[in-house]
Amino acid sequence: MERKIRILLAKPGLDGHDRGIKVIASAFRDAGFEVIYTGLRQTPEMIVEAAIQEDVDAIGMSILSGAHMTLFPRVLQLLREKGADHVLLLGGGIIPKEDVEKLEKMGVGKLFTPGTTTTEAIEYLKKAVSERRKEEKIL
Amino acid sequence: MNVLDRFYKGDKIALSKLISYVENQSTGYRKLLAQIYPKAGRAYRVGMTGPPGAGKSTIVDKLTSLLTKEKKRVGIIAVDPTSPFTGGALLGDRIRMQDLTTRDGVFIRSMATRGSYGGLATSTKEVCLVLDAFGKDWILIETVGVGQVELDVVNACDTTIVVFVPESGDSIQAMKAGLMEIADIFVVNKSDREGAKRVISELDMILDIRRKKGEWECPIVSTEALNNKGIDLLLAKIFEHKKFISENGVLEQHRKNQIKGDLKRIIELKVKELLDEKILNSFDIDQIAERVYKGEDDPYSAGERVLNKVNLGK
Ligand SMILES: Nc1nc2c(ncn2[C@@H]2O[C@H](COP(=O)(O)OP(=O)(O)OP(=O)(O)O)[C@@H](O)[C@H]2O)c(=O)[nH]1
Ligand SMILES: [Mg+2]
Repeated sequence: MERKIRILLAKPGLDGHDRGIKVIASAFRDAGFEVIYTGLRQTPEMIVEAAIQEDVDAIGMSILSGAHMTLFPRVLQLLREKGADHVLLLGGGIIPKEDVEKLEKMGVGKLFTPGTTTTEAIEYLKKAVSERRKEEKIL
Repeated sequence: MNVLDRFYKGDKIALSKLISYVENQSTGYRKLLAQIYPKAGRAYRVGMTGPPGAGKSTIVDKLTSLLTKEKKRVGIIAVDPTSPFTGGALLGDRIRMQDLTTRDGVFIRSMATRGSYGGLATSTKEVCLVLDAFGKDWILIETVGVGQVELDVVNACDTTIVVFVPESGDSIQAMKAGLMEIADIFVVNKSDREGAKRVISELDMILDIRRKKGEWECPIVSTEALNNKGIDLLLAKIFEHKKFISENGVLEQHRKNQIKGDLKRIIELKVKELLDEKILNSFDIDQIAERVYKGEDDPYSAGERVLNKVNLGK
């Protein structure tokens, strides 16, 4: 069976809109991905735990609150601590260019700022996921 | 250490990887299932089905909270539909189970149906087996929101719960025949809304005709899952049903029937795989089609000839 791309979409922090992330979720579904949507106000702990249980290829976080410099590093740190750093972390939101560079250096796969089309994000994901996947010895 | 060893040690990431492995039917997944099979069979499985938006996820969330208070380890499988056009899926049941995400002993997995139409995904039963072998005491399975009665869930569970809402009156009439066979417990959720009493009495009337002495009397539980009302009563009814079927041999018979179904399914799938592989590789299907089209052959005789030449056992 062809292996589906699974992605967890989450919206950490306290800002209450999920319209944007729902549009992305639909676009990803239409691209053939399995999208796990976990809702609003997720803590980094919840996001990482859900990503582990769902065995996703990637996490997509949308952050509009300005808290990106704390939230992205925290999720990266938790992924490493729990031995789940095979999961690719992506994000979107209004993030200044210098912060984008810093975060990508820290290990965030890619940050999509306003103006990125969903098609670009989909193409990036397909490529990045197929490069990252590795066969593990099961038995 | 390989993934299976880590699984046996209780590693959650390994559990999650094995679930994917089984769900994707990756090479050798049958061998894996055969190996963990002896460890399974201990979990009690509850299925939750009902129309879209009836409150299935919310009920599963609240039930699980009660079970974890009793120190039970709970696995949850939440199924949502795959789009037949794109193959993608939006899995949103976790939204109603946020508090459970980091709860000790709880593991939630969302599954897309991936082309299966019975309310569950193709591999839901196998994923259930993996969770069972991992040591979960209870497994709660939420089907896709179905409009009609689906049998898959009965074949995957010990207790089946059918959830309605006050607005379900008409649909109950429409499907009353099949419902009786699948429900062990009825829930009328959103009882805070108008019409709950009417739906309950309608259900009660239908049930009354069917009730037989000595058999399980399917109860109707009224809940407001959002406000956490009636869930304790629902859990009590689940325990009652579990006790009832455990003591009078119904559970044993039910599980044996499930094994028969599993066997059939496993063999069918294997045969189908072999057929696909052998027939498609060793026969020129295009050429047969061409000849049938021209009237030189017919598909029934051609099919027989092909099948006779294939040696499935080898
Ligand atoms: N008024 C009221 N709303 C409820 C109750 N229980 C759940 N809801 C709401 O009903 C909506 C759907 O609940 P879910 O638990 O997602 O229902 P579901 O059956 O899992 O839905 P699908 O998985 O999409 O089929 C949510 O907005 C819930 O908050 C209740 O007792 N009363
Ligand atoms: Mg649901």
